[in-house]
Amino acid sequence: MEQLPFVIEKSERIPKLVDALYRAMPEIEADRGVLLTESYRETEGLPIIKRRSAAFRHILQNIPIVIRENELIVGSNSQSPRGCQVFPEYSYEWLESEFDTVATREADPFYISEETKTRLREVYPYWKGKTNSDLAKSLMDEDAYRAFTVHNMFTPGNYFYNGIGHVNVDYAKVLRIGYEGIKQEAADAMKRLDVAEADYNSRRLFLEAVMESCDAAMIYAARYAELARKEAIGCESSTRREELLRIAENCDRVPAKGARTFYEACQSFWFVQSLLQVESSGHSISPGRFDQYMYPYYQKDLDEGKITREAAQELIDCIYVKLNDLNKVRDAASAEGFAGYGLFQNLIVGGQTESGADATNDLSYMCIEASMHVGLPQPSLSIRVYNGSPQPLLLKAAALTRTGMGIPAYYNDEIIIPSLLSRGLTLEEARNYCIIGCVEPQIGGKTDGWHDAAFFNMCRPMELVFSNGVDKGRQIGLRTGDVTEMKDFAEFFEAYKAQEAYMIKLMVNACNAIDQAHATRCPLPFESCMVDDCIGRGKSLQEGGAIYNFTGPQGFGIANMTDALIAIKELVFEKGVVSMTELRDALAANFGYGLSGKGAENMTQLLVEKLAESGVTINEEVVRTVYREVTEAGRLSDSEKARYKAIRELIDTCPKYGNDIPEADALAREVAYSYTREVEKYKNPRGGIFQAGLYPVSANVPLGCQTGATPDGRLACTPIADGVGPCSGKDVCGPTATANSVAKLDHAIASNGTLFNQKFHPSALAGMEGLSKFISLIRAFFDQKGMHMQFNVVTRETLLEAQSNPEKYKTLVVRVAGYSALFTTLSRSLQDDIINRTEQGF
Amino acid sequence: MSHKSIELTRGRIFDIQRFSLHDGQGIRTIVFLKGCPLRCRWCCNPEGQDWEAHRMKMPGKPERLMGKDVTAAEVMETVMRDMPYYARSGGGLTLSGGEALGQPDFARALLLLAHNAGINTCIETTGYAPREVLLAVLPHVDTVLMDIKHMSPEKHEAYTGKRNDLILENAQFIAEQTKELIIRVPVIPTFNDTEGEIRAIAAFARTLPGVRRLHLLPYHRLGQDKYDALGREYSMRGIPPIPDERMRYLLSVAEESGLICQIGG
Repeated sequence: MEQLPFVIEKSERIPKLVDALYRAMPEIEADRGVLLTESYRETEGLPIIKRRSAAFRHILQNIPIVIRENELIVGSNSQSPRGCQVFPEYSYEWLESEFDTVATREADPFYISEETKTRLREVYPYWKGKTNSDLAKSLMDEDAYRAFTVHNMFTPGNYFYNGIGHVNVDYAKVLRIGYEGIKQEAADAMKRLDVAEADYNSRRLFLEAVMESCDAAMIYAARYAELARKEAIGCESSTRREELLRIAENCDRVPAKGARTFYEACQSFWFVQSLLQVESSGHSISPGRFDQYMYPYYQKDLDEGKITREAAQELIDCIYVKLNDLNKVRDAASAEGFAGYGLFQNLIVGGQTESGADATNDLSYMCIEASMHVGLPQPSLSIRVYNGSPQPLLLKAAALTRTGMGIPAYYNDEIIIPSLLSRGLTLEEARNYCIIGCVEPQIGGKTDGWHDAAFFNMCRPMELVFSNGVDKGRQIGLRTGDVTEMKDFAEFFEAYKAQEAYMIKLMVNACNAIDQAHATRCPLPFESCMVDDCIGRGKSLQEGGAIYNFTGPQGFGIANMTDALIAIKELVFEKGVVSMTELRDALAANFGYGLSGKGAENMTQLLVEKLAESGVTINEEVVRTVYREVTEAGRLSDSEKARYKAIRELIDTCPKYGNDIPEADALAREVAYSYTREVEKYKNPRGGIFQAGLYPVSANVPLGCQTGATPDGRLACTPIADGVGPCSGKDVCGPTATANSVAKLDHAIASNGTLFNQKFHPSALAGMEGLSKFISLIRAFFDQKGMHMQFNVVTRETLLEAQSNPEKYKTLVVRVAGYSALFTTLSRSLQDDIINRTEQGF
Repeated sequence: MSHKSIELTRGRIFDIQRFSLHDGQGIRTIVFLKGCPLRCRWCCNPEGQDWEAHRMKMPGKPERLMGKDVTAAEVMETVMRDMPYYARSGGGLTLSGGEALGQPDFARALLLLAHNAGINTCIETTGYAPREVLLAVLPHVDTVLMDIKHMSPEKHEAYTGKRNDLILENAQFIAEQTKELIIRVPVIPTFNDTEGEIRAIAAFARTLPGVRRLHLLPYHRLGQDKYDALGREYSMRGIPPIPDERMRYLLSVAEESGLICQIGG
């Protein structure tokens, strides 16, 4: 019989809260957008920082509030469960143009009422030319803009269209002194200012904005106290009436003042978490080390007999439900890249304290238990593992992994701490790291990490090598020479690196333009007041107020590029069995295969547009002919098709990354360096540096769709390899071999995070012995300096079954990328990608 | 024998399987040695029985050559790759087959090299081997997983091609010579799946010095496709696996011996 620690009975309240949350499709609401616009209209001409705090206050004073049935923790950003607000100050055109399709699109659909559409159409004209993305565009170099909008070389689209998020604020400070305390800090800082200082005025304005934002949060909580009392009066159930009155008392106290009890701390935490997501549309607002900063309140209550472990567990469970109540609507393309309504609120437990002692406590276990109770994708639960991690904690974590929800993700202290030290953090700070969003490490409360700044598709520069820098008829890359005249492998690899380095430059320009736009148009005084040292420096996070500033764009496609380079080296340059000309033609012809699905549609559209440009009259017949050619590779002769397919078979015989082959792994390391070492050369406008990540979230699927065939044998428009893992199905030597290959990359230099997915059959984790062997696998990967590992433990049959009968699998949670999501809400292509990841048996 | 000549000891294998969870303690790498003196009707690795190398084409997979001549050093290069996993899980190297003891010099070389590298070793064996082979190999084995298939010499011969006298004698010797001996009983319908037979085997196992554990391995049909692929007759065709409940009952019978028993390895 399995004996796992902290198995706590689930409160009956929890399934009720979950059911209520998932009864309907999430809805877009207009209130924030309308209130924001009202405020902006009244504050024309004021400094932007003041306009931001005024708008925040106006929204919180007036936005409709609701206490949902059975809730113990209150504060909802939308009236409808899992609803979302809009943020027109960042961008709005995409939503306006998707009004009529957003409810029916494949990835993350949202209901939107006619009334909401009307209300939004009334405010949208105000924003024309005034959005963050308008400014970013005008600041950006034209080639950089074109490289991402037309040529899909990379995409900084997330922050181009939305807020930044990606922060772990100092929750502990709010719990300790409340917003009254923070307001006082700002007031004290103001007193210290000298009126004759050069930046006196901007600092004073910022501090005033902080104070107004704190007021706004307190007003908002007071509205909840009032609402709870009102509802208590009409409440027929005496139990619920008591609960509502207790809620009212909590909201009287927090977050204005410091929390005195665990329950108050939970409510205070929740106001911080939800209000950050009213101020800005950024996702990955991460609770971080929840088990650490909440523990003193829990311990005190437990010691004083004020709370039972069961009651504390129920509160944590309630918070977990609330984390799933928050939502965000993205444009259709981004929705595919972040599929699954993900908000990536990363909560991490375990690891070490600042002084290097074991940090595990009751709450570490209870946070894992909460995920089992609630069974929903949020929070993105993570666990820190170090050499001294207690085995029971890891067993508990492994038991959660075994449920198949894809959580927790495992992080290696032994590599992340040195990695952060190399970026200038102190030892104490590095030991106190948390994870943001998917996989990005940072020291909470002191960092503006700009993690997830862009996706960089490492396959695209190779296409430029084959085309000598031309894409879609335009010279956008470097002229690295005629590929068929390259003399040796080194020359080819150098050409690849040159193309890549140039595109990285353009990406840096794009990110920095967007960065500057956020500082200019969307500084966030509320968020900033909880990150050091914004108050001390008198400037917002967006203007460089944080102690640590980074920009973290992530590259992906290491496996494809490694396998491609090996194939070219072996087949073209060493054995000479395929000429470069043949290979180039084979790639252009997609190895003799026609395109299908979206790839075929895109290609047809492109060709038809070209025909139209050249003066051909376009009618249905022309389109149909082009489409047929595209899908059937119609213009190729049978012998050409046969040769290209034969080339692809030859490629298949070459060594592949992910099989513990030293030469392949060494090359993978070089390929990764071609991105990571290039990226870290650059600086951002906040006084920080760029640092690379290596993972695609789920963008390997949609961006793969924009990528032609690659010399690793990957067909055009199919997904690119996921994370730092091998190409789908190409690792055939079992999970230890795969993990060994992945561990050979230099993870420490990718200080914005790396992501390694493995898929296991549930039987591999059967019994305590299975759990314990599973933990050994993780530990041994980490012994070899791997950074991150996460798992899907679900059978292929289950996923296929869920695809055909989605209604039966509404709550099937799976790991997508750095996060988990409901399987049935993912697009078909992403579902297929997850199904096709190699299942590691035994 | 010099270290170099040990490394160069040649042998014939038909597979190396990493991340094996069910053949000994921890995460293990199994090296399958080619050739077996027995011909058990239910054998799930029939491609390992013959000494000669041959091709096998499984449906949906590329054709593979079963049987590859390698040096001990070559095998160890792969085995050593998973050192971190052995260290964390208490796992190591398992020799299986075919018959692990069928190539004694090679087996000894692998086990010795593993021990020199600090890797835990295990063999899966039928126990059908001459005494001098046991003497040469056992000093380098941490755990022996040995089958006792049947107590009757005649029935044993009918179903495996060999009598069991030598096997039962060797069981006694191995038990005396080795650190840990675990007895494994493949529970095969029509052969030994009776209460009486299981009780007899368990009682015998109980008499072996130092033996504490017994594994009942339920018959499965996973090898069936291989017989087709090899163009061989599968005489167990059509025989269903033993129901879980029946296995649990046989487990309780085995437990009467006082040994620690489990279903599966």
